Amino acid sequence: MLGVAYGIATNMYAGDKVDVMERQVERAQAAASEAAAAAEAEAARVADIEAKAAEIQNEARLALASAGAGSVSQPAPMADGRYGIGRAALPEEIAAWDVDVLPDGRGLPEGSGNAFDGEEVFIEKCGSCHGDFAEGVDNWPVLAGGFDTLADEDPVKTVGSYWPYLSTVWDYVHRSMPFGEAGTLTADETYAIVAYILFSNDVIDDEFELSRETFLDVEMHNAEGFVLDDREALEYSQWRGEPCMENCKDEVQITMRSVFLVETPPEGGSDSVMNPATLDGLPPFTADGPAFVPEPTEKPVEAAAATQDVEEPAAEDGDAALLKAGAKAFKKCQACHKIGDGAKHGTGPHLNAVFGRTIGGIDGFKYSTAFKAAGEEGRVWDEESLAEFLAKPKEYIKGTKMSFAGFKKEDDIAAVLAYLKANGE
Amino acid sequence: MSKTTRRGLLKGGAAMAAGLTAGKASASSPDPLITELQDWASYTGAGVDETPYGMPISFESHVVRRNVEWLTASPISSINFTPIHALDGTITPQGCAFERHHSGAIELRKEDYRLMINGLVDTPLVFTYDDLERFPRENHVYFCECAANTGMEWAGAQLNGVQFTHGMIHNMEYTGVPLRTLLQEAGADISPDKWVYVEGADASSNGRSIPMEKALDDVLVAFKANGEALRMEHGYPVRLVVPGWEGNMWVKWLRRVEIVDRAVESREETSKYTDVYADGTARKWTWVMDAKSVITSPSPQMPIKHGPGPMVISGLAWSGHGKITRVDVSKNGGITWETARLGKQGDTKALTRFYLDTVWDGKPMLLQARAMDETGYVQPTKDQLREERGENAVYHNNCIQTWYVNAEGVAENVEVS
Repeated sequence: MLGVAYGIATNMYAGDKVDVMERQVERAQAAASEAAAAAEAEAARVADIEAKAAEIQNEARLALASAGAGSVSQPAPMADGRYGIGRAALPEEIAAWDVDVLPDGRGLPEGSGNAFDGEEVFIEKCGSCHGDFAEGVDNWPVLAGGFDTLADEDPVKTVGSYWPYLSTVWDYVHRSMPFGEAGTLTADETYAIVAYILFSNDVIDDEFELSRETFLDVEMHNAEGFVLDDREALEYSQWRGEPCMENCKDEVQITMRSVFLVETPPEGGSDSVMNPATLDGLPPFTADGPAFVPEPTEKPVEAAAATQDVEEPAAEDGDAALLKAGAKAFKKCQACHKIGDGAKHGTGPHLNAVFGRTIGGIDGFKYSTAFKAAGEEGRVWDEESLAEFLAKPKEYIKGTKMSFAGFKKEDDIAAVLAYLKANGE
Repeated sequence: MSKTTRRGLLKGGAAMAAGLTAGKASASSPDPLITELQDWASYTGAGVDETPYGMPISFESHVVRRNVEWLTASPISSINFTPIHALDGTITPQGCAFERHHSGAIELRKEDYRLMINGLVDTPLVFTYDDLERFPRENHVYFCECAANTGMEWAGAQLNGVQFTHGMIHNMEYTGVPLRTLLQEAGADISPDKWVYVEGADASSNGRSIPMEKALDDVLVAFKANGEALRMEHGYPVRLVVPGWEGNMWVKWLRRVEIVDRAVESREETSKYTDVYADGTARKWTWVMDAKSVITSPSPQMPIKHGPGPMVISGLAWSGHGKITRVDVSKNGGITWETARLGKQGDTKALTRFYLDTVWDGKPMLLQARAMDETGYVQPTKDQLREERGENAVYHNNCIQTWYVNAEGVAENVEVS
């Protein structure tokens, strides 16, 4: 622009009227300075835009980096791509922690065991939860049986019927079991326990000596039972696309109502009760909404809430309230402990007549060594010892098999003690 | 904001007032909460530092994790549920984020924490907690969903509450070091046929095999969540974050990372977290959590209390395949759908909040939500899932959930034709 202006100023055709030329020069000079100012503004604008562009680029770079798409915002690592942080692991450390076993048997230690020896170890170490025959107690896993049930309505998935790899059994027993005493089994004990589980599932006979050498001779029943994730081919291909928005169905019926109503008491947890409601009287729906509006149910929300308020223990006398609280608190125990007429041992011993009982003193239950020792010292369950035990079981009797962590509230302990007294006589 | 003339504003205001007259409540006598001097407006409140670490106010004490005792044999190896019915936005506070332990939550001090990398590496390494904080770190928000979330519902409508049907999920902002950084530090063999086996320090020593491609992609070794240290129940001091993949792989109290030449086939990737189909064969290595959504309010724990009129239907959507792009809501059990508004554009593999701002006519509704993710995947119905997988599956139930809301505003978990 400037050049054009000067060009006009200097390339004027020759004229004899100086004043004309002068005026023209004047005009050209004005135009030139105007152009210069415009150019300056232009340059400033360009600089501004450039700065903004740089800012945007920088932001984009940061965004990319924070999206994990690149490492542009990260400091450069050392020359070989490493930071030099941490220290070399020692062979003893790796040996202590790297104990996993692969399907081809890599990782197995020396040692051996058979089902005959394994039965005894299993009953002692595993029986309280898994049952003496690996049949499972209460909700604890069933380890044996369930053959040919995988296509049934409720498949029974056991080591025999479901587990595809023997290494998984060995590895899991050795590393993660027994529950509450993980990592304490020797290699021989593990071989023996695993042999017993395999024997219970008709995988091997009771003389089969399981070891690193014989490991690959064992054939698991369900070795071929698994396929890899094929959702991409079977599901994604048909479920991608534009979904229906209108008239997707003619009519909709409610076909099932919630099996359980779940109450959420203020103290936490939940209580499930069977839902008494039926499908009767529910409206079918069309595009216009429900076919009819059912009469209000007897207990709308507000009414239900109001009833709950009335049920506060204030209305009851002290003992009844305590027993009720005890029954509630005992829910934490009842998965393992039975009480009342004809109560039998479960995962834990029955709790009838527990007051005055020698600790670890009931025949027919396999106590921990710690409990047996306490009994031999002549220690007896009474109000005080039970309260202490129930507050912190693992502190009161170190080595107890009971997995329960203890009641946090003293009120709960008092309530449970009252409940044990009332129901265990 | 667009330019509005004063005239236009007045007109609009008048129209709005007229339109709402019918719905507005009126007071017959002055509200004493307003006309009388209240204690809190006169006396002073709690001083600073009265609770050095603040807890929710007592009036919110019902908004807690809850378990269902009979689901598992012992609370030590069990699960509880996030109160998603009572939360809004997308971030789950750590204190009410669901827990799943296999041998209980352990107390492991930072000083006692060690992380080992071994196997197919140049140099097997041991890191302390402090070492981890010296690597360049990143922040990302991700959802963590247990593969068994909604698992009960395969057998039909079971538990009446979104906390119990969909509460095995949380969504936090994690701070951590990319796993790839640590693999590089140890000189790991990162060829695509290799696997990364990760293992926890607790008694269950939960271990899972992760294919190398994922390990190099977005897996984080995390030590902070929502800005503060992880909670004990979520793996303090260090847990693995495996974005979009089933929660069981997010190993807590991470103690060991081993590079192996094949999957370990641990208990948690064979006997558990696998699904049996109608013919008895089982599907394994189903790591990704497919797109899913659910209406959190109204829901059985969140009845409509206000009667007919304007209301907000709200819920959550997420996908392990990436971003949520759209959520549709139906009020008639899937006959007609309306597209909901996203609280904000969904982040990848993170919870997205959706709202349908609507007017309730006071009649019963069959509420459903249906999510779509950036791959174009549309959340399936229960029937579609059952047709593909049979009825014996346990995990990965991402079906469309239905709430029947009656004329009193009470919601119930139901199944529909």
